[in-house]
Amino acid sequence: MIVVEQKPLEDILDMVKDCDRMLVLGCDGCSGIYQVGGEKQAEMLSSMLRMGKKTKGENKEGDLKIEASTVLRQCDKEIVREALEGSIGGYDAVLSMACGAGVQTVAEVFPEKLVHPAVNTKFIGMQDREMGDLHERCRACGDCILAETGGVCPIARCAKSLLNGPCGGQVEGKCEVGGYEHDCAWILIYNKLKEFERLDQFLKLRLMRDNRISESPRDLKGSIKYSGGGD
Amino acid sequence: MEAYSNLMQEILNGKFVFTGELEPEKTTDLNELVEGAKPLVGYAVACNVTDNPQSMAYMSSLVASYLVQRDAGMETIYQLRCSDRNRLALTADVLGAAALGLKNILALTGDHVSLGDNPGAKAVYDLDAVLLTYMIRKMVDEGVDLAGKPIHEPPKLHVGVAVNPNADPLEAEIIKLKRKEVAGAEFVQTQVVYEMEKVDSLFEIYNQYGIKVPVLIGIFPMKNYGVADYFDKNIPGVSVPKELLEILKMASEITDKKERKEKYLEINLEYFENFVRDIMKSEAKGVHVMAVGYEQMVRELIARVRGEG
Ligand code: SF4
Ligand code: SF4
Repeated sequence: MIVVEQKPLEDILDMVKDCDRMLVLGCDGCSGIYQVGGEKQAEMLSSMLRMGKKTKGENKEGDLKIEASTVLRQCDKEIVREALEGSIGGYDAVLSMACGAGVQTVAEVFPEKLVHPAVNTKFIGMQDREMGDLHERCRACGDCILAETGGVCPIARCAKSLLNGPCGGQVEGKCEVGGYEHDCAWILIYNKLKEFERLDQFLKLRLMRDNRISESPRDLKGSIKYSGGGD
Repeated sequence: MEAYSNLMQEILNGKFVFTGELEPEKTTDLNELVEGAKPLVGYAVACNVTDNPQSMAYMSSLVASYLVQRDAGMETIYQLRCSDRNRLALTADVLGAAALGLKNILALTGDHVSLGDNPGAKAVYDLDAVLLTYMIRKMVDEGVDLAGKPIHEPPKLHVGVAVNPNADPLEAEIIKLKRKEVAGAEFVQTQVVYEMEKVDSLFEIYNQYGIKVPVLIGIFPMKNYGVADYFDKNIPGVSVPKELLEILKMASEITDKKERKEKYLEINLEYFENFVRDIMKSEAKGVHVMAVGYEQMVRELIARVRGEG
């Protein structure tokens, strides 16, 4: 899932300082599931912003309209249009709590509105509820090699995205980047392949990537087979 | 196999070789570096010239390698990292190196840029040491670049790689070395080791994987206690043997400067002479002495083990 993290309130207040009528828009997709940008967080942020703005006194009190709402998935144009068509006219700006794709979907569907991000989009990750942590697991490289690497992604999890690791920076299975706290992805790969008696895969020399595969901007044209709509 | 460099020629002739190490820093003045290389001529067959070591933004190792060869008459092993260059820049530098008469390249993945003195830099790693080796051999042997595009007057040089005998698990490191051999590595220099057991276990697993690339064992005579202590504390995965560290510390307490210097030399020679003699009895083809700025020691050590001292 896409992992997001709310921006500091001060930064958000600064970003929206000349917006009086604003919709704080949560997303029930990834951002909501992680409880960073769902319904509750949208409501919470809107009340914080009302308070913050009042304290700062930048806006005339009577003009201030900050409300919260949530949509099922902000990265779906149809869902966004259907959910907001009727109400969007009442606002000058949208403060989106979805990932960067959600923010831009809203901006494309309603090009006359200012749309700002309330969160920083961090990575594609996995959640560890027990620890309350989120860990990066994929970089959307466009050419998945997990079958060769024991299910451990060297693109997202090796600090150098090496195809032929481990590098000389691993010490007892830990990576030189970040003070030897992270596991070295290539040692994880080695252990996994060894466990599965597939060290022949580890021995394989992996040739250089064709980086055009992961060059932005990327599209998949005409590939959506369902109607969207959250059904 | 044809040897383009003295290093490779000596290895092929079965001579036990010594290589040294030079480190250009954040300067435009290479005088000291060149002067430091001169006393090693006739002792070390070639010297590595480091490329942004520990990801410090230093003077170009390509330029320094060339000037050391030209002005000190010392053959160089041009270190080339993947951290800072994509395949176009690497190709350009390999061609440039060959045009300047450099004959050896050490292909390195390189420390992550975030560990250096410009930690916010973008890390490149378009290739890694294995793929850089593969690329260089393609250029030399097939006369084409990585994309298969023909090179007018292909480069003639050799490519070496690094291995860390201290790595744990060692097997993962050795399998990576096997990939480097498949990619075409022609010689190997190891990370610093202090004990013969490390050398022995390296060759044991080396043979298990049928690796044949000639190995130069890395050693690190330490100019003073400060250097030893820093190395011990800051280079993860390698430690200076306790006793050695202790006697170096004792030497550091000698007040007379000249006497202290002599003591350091004596301690290093005693330790490393025996160590190198043992290495010479192993399957190693040489020793890489990483004593930057300690020429006296390097000369003396090499002379002694060759029976000239
Ligand atoms: S290799 Fe890694 S980055 Fe690429 S698609 Fe697979 S998991 Fe994602
Ligand atoms: S230590 Fe491991 S994870 Fe870290 S950069 Fe090197 S190979 Fe990648």
